[in-house]
Amino acid sequence: MSREFILHRVRTALGRSAAQAPPPAPEVELRIRELPLKQRIEIFSAALEKLGGRTCVAGSAEEARTYAARLVEGKRAVASNAPLLADCGLTSLPGVQSGFSNALELRRALETADVGITGADYALAETGSLVLLASASEARLISLLPPVHLAVVSKERLLAGLDELVTLLPDPAAATSALVIITGPSRTADIEQILVRGVHGPREVHVLLI
Amino acid sequence: MSPSPLVQIRQTLADPGLQAAIYSSTGRLVEKRRQAVSESDPAEFERWREQAREIKKHTLENLDYYLERLEERLTARGVKVLWAKDGGEVTDFVLRLARERNARLIVKSKSMTTEEIHLTDRLQEAGLEALETDLGEYIVQLAGQRPSHIVAPALHLTRYQIGDLFHERLGVEREVVPEKQTLIARRTLREKFLAADIGITGANFLVAEAGLVVVVENEGNARLSSSIPRVHIVIAGIEKLIPRTSDLAIFLKLLGRSATGQPLTVYTSLLGGPRLAGELDGPEEVYLVLLDNGRTRLLADRAKRQSLYCIRCGACLNHCPVYRKIGGHSYPWVYSGPIGAIITPQFHGLLEDAWLPYASSLCGACAEVCPVKIDIPQILLDLRWESVKAKVREGSNRLERWAFGVWAWVMCHPRLYELASLFSSAITTSEGDGWLKSVPAPFNAGPIRNWLSQRDLPPPPAKTFRQLWRERRGRGLS
Repeated sequence: MSREFILHRVRTALGRSAAQAPPPAPEVELRIRELPLKQRIEIFSAALEKLGGRTCVAGSAEEARTYAARLVEGKRAVASNAPLLADCGLTSLPGVQSGFSNALELRRALETADVGITGADYALAETGSLVLLASASEARLISLLPPVHLAVVSKERLLAGLDELVTLLPDPAAATSALVIITGPSRTADIEQILVRGVHGPREVHVLLI
Repeated sequence: MSPSPLVQIRQTLADPGLQAAIYSSTGRLVEKRRQAVSESDPAEFERWREQAREIKKHTLENLDYYLERLEERLTARGVKVLWAKDGGEVTDFVLRLARERNARLIVKSKSMTTEEIHLTDRLQEAGLEALETDLGEYIVQLAGQRPSHIVAPALHLTRYQIGDLFHERLGVEREVVPEKQTLIARRTLREKFLAADIGITGANFLVAEAGLVVVVENEGNARLSSSIPRVHIVIAGIEKLIPRTSDLAIFLKLLGRSATGQPLTVYTSLLGGPRLAGELDGPEEVYLVLLDNGRTRLLADRAKRQSLYCIRCGACLNHCPVYRKIGGHSYPWVYSGPIGAIITPQFHGLLEDAWLPYASSLCGACAEVCPVKIDIPQILLDLRWESVKAKVREGSNRLERWAFGVWAWVMCHPRLYELASLFSSAITTSEGDGWLKSVPAPFNAGPIRNWLSQRDLPPPPAKTFRQLWRERRGRGLS
């Protein structure tokens, strides 16, 4: 097998021996800005808007429900099993399917759905990003297959940025099999460097901060 | 298959449409990067570059440790880690797995590492349907070409050419609006994603201590490739390692800004392994293939080891005055531009591509924008030096040696030298500006003609230095 061959070549190239411990890795300088929530929300909204996404700050579950109801009106939506969505009453809106426990049924529903509704474990203010950890209640494809993605995040989960996220989660795989950072709608500039939104993923991203 | 580099370069230079496509697209990428860098604190951006370089240096200097650490962490979560010496071993593995799993359709997201080993072609030759799903790669695959840019594979094509291509190959209406073209690709590829048996992606980073495969993209095709099919195969060069998740923060910030001027790309996936119990999607089997393919040879070279720091952002291509004229297809391998000029000869052996280190004006723009501060101009000089040494060793520099012998002899004989300089000042050009573009007949051949075909000499002075010297001494001005 090539494993030993390659490792041997690496060690010979470096003059190292097997099981030799490395010196400590150089320190990285991370910067976590201490900002009041209000300002974090402003930065988040501005960053997401610049990417073509929308933010709605909901003062109550009722407000969140109203925003979502307008978005899914006359459309078909699939919501994840995140408890937060049910708590806000989003799963009981007309046109919203939820509570899937069968992989095939979920996939079928997503193939024709217009809107995917998910929670998010964190949001990052500096870049306007959502952070989703795949789990039994948060399937990966809900935020990916439908042309519109609505994510609901509680305000306490709004972090300053990427530096805070990696500080908080130094070992993401201990918590999930897949963590995705979503920064705005799917996009491409592969044709003449002209921006187009909604290539393989959603062309619209809405974030409800509650 | 493709014409020789020189022919390709001439064709590219002579094609005004292609010149405009390459120049304007790279120009937009330059502008996007400039804007993103100026929006962040320039001093902080510099510190990120310093740190990224130090981290890459440290990781590569202890690479065996980090490789084993990564393998240990991933294996514990059920990822199967494989090691491949070259592209042949990767292909054999994928084909064997496809046979065992009875797979027919493979969706691929953009990966320069798989381009490097021509994986898609090899899989198709073996009778599998292997589809590129990144929009640019999909276009290039439909056109039967290879990518011309690390980040923007179809940069050399205009939307009109793409409209014709889609019309011919997909049987759709001729459409020249990028939004509509993108929608056509989305619909066509969506069906393929849903039916795919295996998804193949590359990796932008492998985080050793945390055991993560990190994939960065804007379109969502890498997420689809790693979420829908039952089997996910990651193919990554062994140089992709970084130690910790915290290091990732620095690299992500640099990569997005340097490549496309984004503070963070749209989708950043940190993958830890197959789906866990209760999850409704995600692959059931995950494989990571660690590829050598010449990297360990490069690792042994202390001075040029830094070529392996490259994170494939493409900034050096966009800023290179040579790339912006000759385009990606003029380079002999999938890696083009300044980074291609240094890694191609080092991966392939120098003599095969000995001209590459000379395809640079050594202006230094590449080193100035490189997010991991690879000293590309210095490596180009080192490679030039090596190629000359190799020629001397082989004795293939006979003409050059003879020419320099003659030159040295003339320089040692003042009378002869004066005669020669008189002769050269007698050359006058018929063209108005007086610049020397060619020499008269018997001398206008071989290396002299080649050299002058790309360069003009300033007009020779009316009098030589010696003539002036004598005249002035005669006038008592010494």
